[in-house]
Amino acid sequence: MAVLTDRPAAPVTRRADRGPRARVNRILGYAVLIAFGLVFLYPFVIQLGNSLKTEPDAAANPLSPIPDALTLAGFERIFAGTNFPLWLGNSLLVTVLVTLGRVFFDSLAGYALARLRFRGRAGLFAAVIAVMAVPGVVLLIPKFLVLKQLGLYDSYAGLVVPLLADAAGVFIMKQFFESVPVSVEEAARIDGAGVFRTFWSVVLPMARPALITLTILSFQGSWNEFPHSLVSVQDPHLFTLPRGLADLVSGSLGKGTQYPLKLGAALLATIPVAVLFMVFQRYFVRGANEGADKG
Amino acid sequence: MATEALRAPATTPAKPPRRRGGGIRGNENIAGWLFVAPVIVILGLFLLLPILMALWVSLTDWNGQGSPFTGDVPFVGGDNYTRLFADDGLDRRDFMTSIRNNMYYVGIVVPVQTALALGLALVVNNRMLKGKGFFRSAFYFPSVTSSVAISVVFLFLFANSGAVNRLLGLLGINGPEWFADSRGVLHLLLGAVGVDTPPGALTSGGPFGLTWWDWLAGPSVAMVSIISLVIWTTSGTFMLMFLAALQNVPVALDEASTLDGATRWQRFRHVTLPLIKPTMFLVLTLGLIGSWQVFDQVYVMSQGDPAKTTLTPAYLSYRTAFRDFDYGSGAAISFVLFLIIILLTLLQRRVMADRDEPRRARWWRRRVPEGS
Repeated sequence: MAVLTDRPAAPVTRRADRGPRARVNRILGYAVLIAFGLVFLYPFVIQLGNSLKTEPDAAANPLSPIPDALTLAGFERIFAGTNFPLWLGNSLLVTVLVTLGRVFFDSLAGYALARLRFRGRAGLFAAVIAVMAVPGVVLLIPKFLVLKQLGLYDSYAGLVVPLLADAAGVFIMKQFFESVPVSVEEAARIDGAGVFRTFWSVVLPMARPALITLTILSFQGSWNEFPHSLVSVQDPHLFTLPRGLADLVSGSLGKGTQYPLKLGAALLATIPVAVLFMVFQRYFVRGANEGADKG
Repeated sequence: MATEALRAPATTPAKPPRRRGGGIRGNENIAGWLFVAPVIVILGLFLLLPILMALWVSLTDWNGQGSPFTGDVPFVGGDNYTRLFADDGLDRRDFMTSIRNNMYYVGIVVPVQTALALGLALVVNNRMLKGKGFFRSAFYFPSVTSSVAISVVFLFLFANSGAVNRLLGLLGINGPEWFADSRGVLHLLLGAVGVDTPPGALTSGGPFGLTWWDWLAGPSVAMVSIISLVIWTTSGTFMLMFLAALQNVPVALDEASTLDGATRWQRFRHVTLPLIKPTMFLVLTLGLIGSWQVFDQVYVMSQGDPAKTTLTPAYLSYRTAFRDFDYGSGAAISFVLFLIIILLTLLQRRVMADRDEPRRARWWRRRVPEGS
């Protein structure tokens, strides 16, 4: 290292890239990456492999990803023997409605909080921040109470309406709208566009990256939502996928192993989010770090 | 007045001195409220109102029949709360058991997930490695999947003759029956060194109706499997947060300290760590908040069994209300949990603000550094 002191900073790293010590470091780095890569991905491999096995095979060789004899029996039973198609339909309906609602309502509120000057705006924004801090799980009983009182318990409305807006989404949209230059709106206003018109046809189209992030987070959130469906409905016809899956595992049907069936159903519930993740990774990442800002 | 003051900074950059008073401004006032109205209605109805209603229910003996707001529902005042803390009985024992379980859970999950997330972020941030994008996604992927679906997979992995026990078998270890084993890990460790029967002093009494021996059990074997599941799912998200922070650490600073002869550990300890401190506290806070709310995994994997060693306050509150139809107690448990989470969050904020402003040094300041 001492030899390098007469050189500028950049070559130091390049020099450090070579040499036996750097090579050991690099090999060590890859070893860590691969080991943890296995830890984080192998359970999914096992899941896929075992969902395609026969029951005795899954019980006997849980660690092996390759089925002795490939069979779709597990999947056939998912569709023939459970309410899976119903759960899937409910999940799709709830997810689409919740996502549309969140994207629209959160953008409206985010825009107002970022750009419109109205009395009580600061207080309202403080309230949004405070609401983000309310721990969801302690709201299970309270939500049930309100749904009962409003007559929404055990209905699609009960599944959907309470999730139509979320404080974190409002926050993300507000942050984004603040970064849009004001001059664009002014031009629209001078041309005589009203507030909603300006929002809808001028500002919203510019917010596409934020809208995609919010859409993806909302989709993923409502697709995976479990506790809310647990306290808002009781009727098996209104079960969403996570609810049905939980019932399959720990409810009346849950006793007995049936691993290929259960793993297959869990796999099918994971696929939409997995595909979304592979296609829109960077938006998930943005969402995670957007979450980081809110603290 | 307050709005005036807060309004200014947000708009200074581009706001010309235009249109004051009536016209457009009045318009914006109405439009503003119309724009936020849907969110206010939904969050108000399903977030704020519920809290108030539950506060009322926690003071009653409502059993789920009819409305809790009629005169027929017996008002019991603080009874539900005293049964959790003061009255000797099953309610208090269950509640305190759930608190104990969750304390061990938090005590392991938060430090391990934070350390793992930071470690992975450091490796993924390494400039000399290729293919990092793939691994970053691989580590993050479990975080975006359904907690229920993942729990199903882990039930299979931790089955008696499941993958985990097979792996342990390869190492010559005879794995436990994960979801049937209620023994506390600390008890097991003590057993390994020959302390099988607890000393009399520990069995004879202890706070809140549990003996000291019970308090000191450690997480049960069953809880350990839930802990490993949660660490596995959450580390990815926190890794991304650390990674974002690490990427803001100027490379020049690192190189300068290398030139000054700092070792790798010294650079991490004195250059990197101080720079990512805000993220560290954020991760710890989110971790604390999240891990006091563990619910989905308990519901799917164990329902509090075996021997109540995976019972957590969140799950107990749900079970008390929706299975035993004792909504008053259930709501009271939620409120205690609410307070625990708020208190921990405030404490974290306090410590964090304190660290940012050295002048406000107080007694706790001296104690914090060792832990970090």
